[in-house]
Amino acid sequence: MHHSLLPLPFFHLWTYLRTQPLLGLTATLCTWELASMVDAKAGHKALTNPTLLSIVFLAAALLITRIPYEAFFNGAQYVHFLLGPATVALAVPMYHNLPAIKRDLSAIMVSLVTGSVVASASAMVIAHAMGAPNSVVVSLGPKSVTTPIAMGIAQNLGGQPPLAAVFVLITGMLGVAICTALFRLCRIRDWRAQGLAAGTAAHGIATARMLSLNQTAGVFSGLAIGLNGVATSLFLPILVRIFGY
Amino acid sequence: MVRAMAILLLCQLAGTIVQQALGLPVPGPVVGMVLLLAILVWRGGPSITLNTSAHGLLRYFGLLFVPAGVGVVTELHVLRTNALALVIAIPVSTALALLVTGSLMQFLLRGNADAS
Repeated sequence: MHHSLLPLPFFHLWTYLRTQPLLGLTATLCTWELASMVDAKAGHKALTNPTLLSIVFLAAALLITRIPYEAFFNGAQYVHFLLGPATVALAVPMYHNLPAIKRDLSAIMVSLVTGSVVASASAMVIAHAMGAPNSVVVSLGPKSVTTPIAMGIAQNLGGQPPLAAVFVLITGMLGVAICTALFRLCRIRDWRAQGLAAGTAAHGIATARMLSLNQTAGVFSGLAIGLNGVATSLFLPILVRIFGY
Repeated sequence: MVRAMAILLLCQLAGTIVQQALGLPVPGPVVGMVLLLAILVWRGGPSITLNTSAHGLLRYFGLLFVPAGVGVVTELHVLRTNALALVIAIPVSTALALLVTGSLMQFLLRGNADAS
């Protein structure tokens, strides 16, 4: 092992630290700060999203140092745990958006559920037709839902939560990259429709983008995150049973 | 801050208990979210501390996905073997979802002016 290049006391220290949560937790927070600085310097581009940058940096670090993922997660789990309370906390912005939801309730529900079924079903059907195994197909199902909910759904349906998390991120960045051109091409001009579509298809990453374009679009995109989370967790188990994945 | 965290965790705990007891397909935290929303409607809105803490937590939403996302190192072989299927399935389904949701919503809202 190349670690033996280190002087002996440092080798012992390194061996010790690898078994402790301190290193994984510190690495996660420091990498996030670094990624946020890079993102700010680059002017908040879709590809410099700090979540994506942090994952790429840390994954590369693990592969280079050959630290197993379990050792890293031993520390990172303290950050991971907060996903649960953060999901519950989504109720607060949803509450503030209730007046907007009530005004156009039926239009929102019909569009959101239809779009949500299309997002899941088309991804699963295409991947299945192209020979992907069921665990991958099921992990693709919740890819338009915000990460913590998507991982929970994937877990319940026999998918792979880390795989679901990666699909969610890819979907979000892709959604941001194509939405403006697609809306122009299809003459979708209403900000409420643009916002709802972006939030339904590409969750929080697209919501951040919509907020920077128009306040109304941001509100509709934000409420789509929570609503789509609930909708997908309800219909996806049925869809998976019908398709037999 | 501690009280707000306690409220969020209590909702998650209650949601998880309900989910396990009834065998619901919805994840426990999502049941907790619906529960908190019902409480907020009933109580007429969040307290200042809950409001501040919830927004504080959601400001760092992106950070919370990182530990799970790094788990991709254990799934690299899966991504590699299914690369072609994924390269088609994800962009096509995302474009379809944007198109269907946006067109349908714009159609249903026609004549109903944007309030903003």
